Amino acid sequence: MTAPLPPPKRKNPLKRTRLPVSPPDLRSRQSHLLTRAAAEGRFGLPTCLDCGALHYPPRDACPHCLSSRIGMRECSALGTLAATTTVQISNNVYFRERSPWRVGLVTLDAGPGVVAHVHGDCADGGRVRLDWRLDRSGNATAFAVPDPPSPNMMDDPQMREMTLDPKHRRVLVTDGRTALGQAMAKALSDAGAALVFVGIAEAWKPFPGSERLSAMRGVEIMPLDMTDTDSVNDLADAIGARVDIIVNTGAHIRPGGLLERKGVTVAREELEAGYLALLRLAQGFGPVMRFRGADGANSACAWVNVFSIYAQMAWPAYGAWSAAQAAMLNASLSLRGELRPGGVRVVHVFTGPTEDEWFQPLPPPKVAAGQIASAVVDALRRGLEDVYVGDVAQDFRARLDLNPKALERELGQ
Amino acid sequence: MSGTLTAMLAAIAGGGVKVVDLTFTLSPEFPALVLPPELGQCAPFRMEEVSRYDPRGPAWYWNNISMSEHCGTHYDAPIHWVTGKDLPNNSVDTIPVERFLAPACVIDCSAQAAADPDFVLSTGDIAAFERDHGRIPAGWWVLMRTDWSKRDFTGYANLREDGAHTPGPSPEAMRFLVDERGILGFGTETIGTDAGQAHHFAPPYPAHHFLHGAGRYGLQCLCNLDLLPPRGAVIVAAPLKIRQGSGSPLRVLALVEG
Repeated sequence: MTAPLPPPKRKNPLKRTRLPVSPPDLRSRQSHLLTRAAAEGRFGLPTCLDCGALHYPPRDACPHCLSSRIGMRECSALGTLAATTTVQISNNVYFRERSPWRVGLVTLDAGPGVVAHVHGDCADGGRVRLDWRLDRSGNATAFAVPDPPSPNMMDDPQMREMTLDPKHRRVLVTDGRTALGQAMAKALSDAGAALVFVGIAEAWKPFPGSERLSAMRGVEIMPLDMTDTDSVNDLADAIGARVDIIVNTGAHIRPGGLLERKGVTVAREELEAGYLALLRLAQGFGPVMRFRGADGANSACAWVNVFSIYAQMAWPAYGAWSAAQAAMLNASLSLRGELRPGGVRVVHVFTGPTEDEWFQPLPPPKVAAGQIASAVVDALRRGLEDVYVGDVAQDFRARLDLNPKALERELGQ
Repeated sequence: MSGTLTAMLAAIAGGGVKVVDLTFTLSPEFPALVLPPELGQCAPFRMEEVSRYDPRGPAWYWNNISMSEHCGTHYDAPIHWVTGKDLPNNSVDTIPVERFLAPACVIDCSAQAAADPDFVLSTGDIAAFERDHGRIPAGWWVLMRTDWSKRDFTGYANLREDGAHTPGPSPEAMRFLVDERGILGFGTETIGTDAGQAHHFAPPYPAHHFLHGAGRYGLQCLCNLDLLPPRGAVIVAAPLKIRQGSGSPLRVLALVEG
């Protein structure tokens, strides 16, 4: 059974920091069907859209009827561990540095057999659950965990490579003035983060919850104004090398489309607090995080950006803000590509309208700050990349998949 | 050069006339005026480096800056307020430049402001000043010393749930200074020329209302007023020449004899 992970020792300053290397990252286009599922934490297998047969590994043509129409179908993730072995030495640098490494063959209840990374607590011949998980190269890989789960399962070294668990890690929450930032600090502290730095802009302005925030276990209040380049750089200089996870909760929500607003003052504020804020944070914190992607048990591992779902499709009632969110999302996709070589994952969390004061006239359902915070911790623990929190965001996702044009029209009504 | 100017420069060089800086350093952290969030907000000072002896510009350092006209130590022109919107020469680019040099009376309210952050300068306080220091001459600045500029930023903004609590003038005092004394303008150490709670006064924001309605000027976020005499310091306060500008950050200097 996995032993609980002890808090990591302080670094020996005489030792060189190990550079991150990537596990093999070449995948076929069809394999990214699995990457997509892994990014959202779904399980399924490639399926022939003509004859319906499931298959694995992903192929360009159905092995049963040779149809080239291949999709994904959700199916049971349960199976039996048919055989295992432990690799002692690999000629791949990533696995060589992490050996011994356990692999095995899982026979899925749904039929196909899958060669998988195997959690240390899985018994030979025992029942397992197979997950598609993103590895440090950002690609889907099969990972078998015991079914039912074992105690301390998250602390298995192979498991920790596949996840972004905040336990013993140091987190920066970028905006503690909001209910979301405060809920996030609490959730991460409760999840075992060693330290939660919480950024506060314009400390001379009082804000609700400030005393409760300061009293939270492991929370350290730091000056951070994401609309000010110097402020971001100053904080990065001070703590950048100690931040393993960033949770960017910055938001500047204002209603209004393009026509009813006079001038671009508010639009500038939205871009400053969203898109440009992300650029500043990326330049301040990104390089050192990418460098520290293999820095022991508390390596840098994740960058979470919380978005409105309206980053993905314009909502004319909040049109200018929606556009600022879209700009930030696009930048975040680049950030994802730039941090991937360091093994640092950029997690996108999409929500519908929240319980924020700026959505006050909107009818429910609205997403509570605590709900988003729980979703972020869950995403980190599962190593997800794209998360949809609440009914509105999930419904939006489904409609966008089905017919983007219909969604565009419906949002404009 | 005339003898007068030569004599003045010699006095400055010799220390007979001191130059006192009444200006806060423009920085991103400096508190700005806070309005209800659904209203338009004035932008704080920001600075983005263009190059610093690096590949973006190998031999030179410079920045792009952005801010509101009403940021840091700044000047208010009559066009800033609705009462002054139709006056001639009411924007910073059209104000006669002679108005940018004028003497000042400094009313020391530091003890009262220390005791009460909502201290309001009354006509009685002005009368007391004039008893001690003589009548306030027409065309002079009146500066309200509160030592507010010595506070940390939280104490300086002094925001509570019901808004800012900072000292300022009463409506009667403002009306008196403008109508009865013909002052050039009114200056404070606080974020505005008006008190933090002045939206509850009648009329609201009396300094803005009466000053700008009569074509007079405002100076705020001043510091070092404690280094000025009660009367006779010469204030050099020339705002940037912004077309139709309602105000501007500026360097405010005082020339002090002795």
